[in-house]
Amino acid sequence: MPISYYLALSAVLFGLGVIGFVFKRNIITIFMSIELMLNAVNLAFIAFARALGQLQGQVFVFFVIVVAAAEAAVGLAIVIVIARNRQSLNVERINLLKL
Amino acid sequence: MNDSLAYSILLASLIKVLVLLFLVLTAVAYLVWFERKVAARIQGRWGPYRVGPHGLLQPLADGAKFLLKEDTTPAGADRLLYFTAPVITLTLAISAIAMIPFGPASVHILGVATPLVIANINVGLLAIFAMTSIGVYGVALAGWSSNSKYSLLGGLRSSAQMISYELSLTLSVVGILLLAGTFNLSELILRQDGFTWGYLPKWNLLSPTFPQVLGLFCYFIAAIAETNRAPFDLAEAESEIVAGYHTEYSSFKFAMFFMGEYASMITVACLASILFLGGWLSPFPQTPGMDWTRYIPAAVFAASGVALILDGLHHRSFARITLPLLGLILGALSFLCLQPGIIDYVQGPFWFLTKVLLVLFVYVWVRWTLPRFRYDQLMRFGWKVLFPVALLNVVLTSLAVVIRR
Amino acid sequence: MTPQLVIFLILAAITVAGAVSVILQREPIHSAISLITVMIALAGLFLLLESEFIAAVQIIVYAGAIMVLFVFVIMLLNAGAEERTNMSSMARYVGVPLAIFLLIELAYQVGAATSSMTAQPVAEGATRALSMLLFQDFVFPFELTSILILIAILGALVLAQRSEGAPAQRAQQ
Repeated sequence: MPISYYLALSAVLFGLGVIGFVFKRNIITIFMSIELMLNAVNLAFIAFARALGQLQGQVFVFFVIVVAAAEAAVGLAIVIVIARNRQSLNVERINLLKL
Repeated sequence: MNDSLAYSILLASLIKVLVLLFLVLTAVAYLVWFERKVAARIQGRWGPYRVGPHGLLQPLADGAKFLLKEDTTPAGADRLLYFTAPVITLTLAISAIAMIPFGPASVHILGVATPLVIANINVGLLAIFAMTSIGVYGVALAGWSSNSKYSLLGGLRSSAQMISYELSLTLSVVGILLLAGTFNLSELILRQDGFTWGYLPKWNLLSPTFPQVLGLFCYFIAAIAETNRAPFDLAEAESEIVAGYHTEYSSFKFAMFFMGEYASMITVACLASILFLGGWLSPFPQTPGMDWTRYIPAAVFAASGVALILDGLHHRSFARITLPLLGLILGALSFLCLQPGIIDYVQGPFWFLTKVLLVLFVYVWVRWTLPRFRYDQLMRFGWKVLFPVALLNVVLTSLAVVIRR
Repeated sequence: MTPQLVIFLILAAITVAGAVSVILQREPIHSAISLITVMIALAGLFLLLESEFIAAVQIIVYAGAIMVLFVFVIMLLNAGAEERTNMSSMARYVGVPLAIFLLIELAYQVGAATSSMTAQPVAEGATRALSMLLFQDFVFPFELTSILILIAILGALVLAQRSEGAPAQRAQQ
């Protein structure tokens, strides 16, 4: 089972995350594309950990998941505050520093 | 591994899956009957006794009722999510039972020796917790997709409650992991083998290193809250919020939620008996002097068979024939359990099922004895009381493990 | 066609379909459900790569807690469907083909560069070895991430709090 298949899949997922980040207009969907990119990176780490026979890749995935959790919590709190203030989740409406 | 061996292993696994699925669905149905009978006795009444002798055919009547009711879909409901939510709940609740070991021995199916567990994964415990984690979505999506404010509120409350108590649930089990050092469920049971002072079983509840009493206490409370049962069922109680997240569900979809709740009760009870009560290990030491304890399953079957026959003679109707017939079948089973080939296979599952029944009885007992928690009391309890107690259990257990080493 | 390859293809198909669905769905809740399917399929791929602990952690933490947070926020904000605006001609005729080209190019280059790597055999007791690494070599980042989580909890609490008076008035405008 060649490892390059997993890495190609990880690259495709990362690319799809980037496409979602660039093209979508809802903040929460943009956030989810970021999570998709993080997941793609996790897959790459695990694939490399298996390819090189080391476990440092898995330790890194552990940390990536933890950091993603912290980032999601704070990011979603910010999204809630923005939605409360601007009454819209459209990223094109949140381009002014002052209402 | 040659192909024919691989295929026979696959076929043996398939047979185990089908048998277990049938057993679990029957157990879920008769757990409802058991609960109604126990609830009735606690409340000083009889419970179902008209549909079949002692109400034993009540689950069939309930099933027929669920299937024949009108299947409505609320206007404006999100179709895909509305149909998927009960499927998620039921599927995950039943899949978690695939990891549970029922006995030590291996049976021979189609010439292949397979153990009495469907999936003996190395991280079996984590896999069961993973399934309960995803089960939160069944509740949350049911609440959201029903397009009704009672459903949304009930769904949000239920799922917030489930994720809060899930933390204490997993933490209360860490004490067991410290004592055993493995996630594998069969290994966990084998580590509880042996008897301190010759007669006290080395189950994790009575562990010589550090008795996991706090652990069982936290686990049980967190499990009741996790499965949305009373006294933690504010989010789905009839007098509070209509029916919470399953307000807008009818007929078979509601039956799926209902079965999912009871199936997760069974899963949690099985897990409690494996982790804390020693799984399929017998409570009696297996010394030559205690050889008579091997005949206990047969004795129990024989006694219940005789009780059923005597009871059947009291009835007047059709039960005059069916109950003694059931009694005779139980008698034949007990005779079967005495055969030298089978007596060893029966021990493990018998003790396991006894412990599970005990835990389920306490579950039902707690439901019909204690009043309901208010939602803020519930969340306060989960975060400010149960979580620190579970942490305390982890700290004390690790201290005990380090000192004993 | 070994069974491993078949399972890999099925899981990869589910992953890519889910990821495409995250991008293409109009309602955020459907994107969230698609992302959850992607994560569960990825956990299956981790299992195929023999890292069972990380697969379980992925489902329990990522799919079972972080995505629940996303779903809660979507339900709380009652996020509805995105507005239907047609893409500008620049986006439609240049952006989309470039995006697809990016995907194909990434996949091809990454696959070609690592085509000589093969999987090393995995030792038994990988969970124990992983925890040894985590608590001996990586104990400092481990403690740092626990402080990071504490900061994140405090930050989320402070940010999402309603201050008295002012937001209620603004909501009425």
